[in-house]
Amino acid sequence: MPVQPILSLAGVGKTYKSGHRALEAVDLEIHKGEIFALLGPNGAGKTTMISIVCGIVNPSEGTITVDGHDAVRDYKKARAMIGLVPQELSVDMFETVIATARFSRRLFGRAPDDGYIEQLLKDLSLWDKRDSKIMALSGGMKRRVLIAKALSHEPDILFLDEPTAGVDVSLRRDMWKLIGRLRERGVTIILTTHYIEEAEEMADRVGVINNGRLLLVDEKSALMKKLGKREMDIALVEPMTTVPGALSEWDLELVDEGHKLRYTFDAQAERTGIPSLLRKLGDLDIGFKDLETSKSSLEDIFVDLVSEREQEEAAL
Amino acid sequence: MNLHGIWAIYRFEMARALRTLWQSVATPVITTSLYFVVFGGAIGSRMQQVGGVNYGSFIVPGLIMLTLLTQSISNASIGIYFPKFTGTIYELLSAPISSMEMVIGYVGAAATKSVALGLIILATSTLFVPLQIAHPLAMIAFLILTALTFSLFGFIIGVWAQGFEQLSIVPALLVTPLTFLGGAFYSIDMLPQPWRTVSLFNPVVYLVSGFRWSFFSKGDVSVAWSLGFIALFMALCLILIAWIFKSGYRLKS
Repeated sequence: MPVQPILSLAGVGKTYKSGHRALEAVDLEIHKGEIFALLGPNGAGKTTMISIVCGIVNPSEGTITVDGHDAVRDYKKARAMIGLVPQELSVDMFETVIATARFSRRLFGRAPDDGYIEQLLKDLSLWDKRDSKIMALSGGMKRRVLIAKALSHEPDILFLDEPTAGVDVSLRRDMWKLIGRLRERGVTIILTTHYIEEAEEMADRVGVINNGRLLLVDEKSALMKKLGKREMDIALVEPMTTVPGALSEWDLELVDEGHKLRYTFDAQAERTGIPSLLRKLGDLDIGFKDLETSKSSLEDIFVDLVSEREQEEAAL
Repeated sequence: MNLHGIWAIYRFEMARALRTLWQSVATPVITTSLYFVVFGGAIGSRMQQVGGVNYGSFIVPGLIMLTLLTQSISNASIGIYFPKFTGTIYELLSAPISSMEMVIGYVGAAATKSVALGLIILATSTLFVPLQIAHPLAMIAFLILTALTFSLFGFIIGVWAQGFEQLSIVPALLVTPLTFLGGAFYSIDMLPQPWRTVSLFNPVVYLVSGFRWSFFSKGDVSVAWSLGFIALFMALCLILIAWIFKSGYRLKS
């Protein structure tokens, strides 16, 4: 890991004029070349956070540093390094694809480079449509145009705000491939999403945000373990008082006054242990009448994370 | 200085006008021709000369001013309002471009377009009336200064506006009446008191008067007053724009 993060936020918070507190003092460091996913439900503060870093929203407090440049005092150097793909399909309807890509490159202070723009449009399967007016393109194509605009000035950091929201499966796959290629080129990528799978598919690290609070930042593998827990409730014919010792191999507990046996397992693991557990129950002659498995929803996970963190804070 | 950025905005704005070249040019040319037919031909033929100038020629500077003011305002205001409306403003705000550079791009393009229109109208008018320009350099200077100032004003309106109707409200309710009452088609000396004095509070009087002076060496007020007024109005617009960007007014939350 490099010593200096490519992007760092220190105590960045935002209160809108309406009084709405959209972001609580966020501290975050992004490493060069990583893919960072900001995971959270709608309205969690993901877009606010991105907008502040990109200069679209003024922070109420805190400092942002982009590769050593203060994003407010030294905004030109900071912003020249950043490309942003917004969530909304905001494009100049009357422009052609190639004209808008060229415009973006110059707007960000770079001299024209037709070779680069050509390659970029080819990479995004937009080259055949280069002379089409943007309004004539489909929604998926418009999103590609937004990506082309964001990459037109060869940024070091790319922000993708909900890149696959409302996008069909094939474009989503293409998008993931593109992100992979960009990473190979050393581009740091920060994307927001409310799909766990998306974070799982692409990210190196994941930050979980809810109600304007960055709840935790962790390596993806560690987080997925935490998020991937599932439970299975086994409704027993006869209630129990203790979990039989013969079942100590499995992570079991009794709930519902001994009427149910709850098995917690890792959904990510190759072997869930369910078949063997059920066989063992049969061997032990423990009767059960129903099985119910539940997957923690993103919402549950957030609730868990919040309470976990509060407990940690209380313990300190 | 992000010169590439300024140029990108300038080119973008000029391209927008070129796409609609027909309506950008034809509308003012046809309107002007109609003014000449009505005021120059029908009414002017029954009028005496105004201050030693043939009436048809007399109205030329006023007509150009009328177009210059309304076109500068509408060009610049739509230029900045449209990205706000479509949401593409995100890109401008996230670009490494200073507020002044952004203003130079938008206002420069709007002023270029209205100066070009002013010259087209001037050329059209020579088809209808005899015209000589006493101070060509001053005429060009007035044209450019007025176009710049009112493009700045238009930029402010574009930032302020929250709907298309608000965009047209200032030109329609303020600028056009002030221009008509500002001596575009008459000399304010022709007005009875107290209207002559009241007219001196109309800023457009100073613009039309100065511009007319550059044609006929004669105006309602002195050239110094005219220049002074344009400078004052331009300074006010610049202060307001500086404040808009500092506070993020209606651009940034």
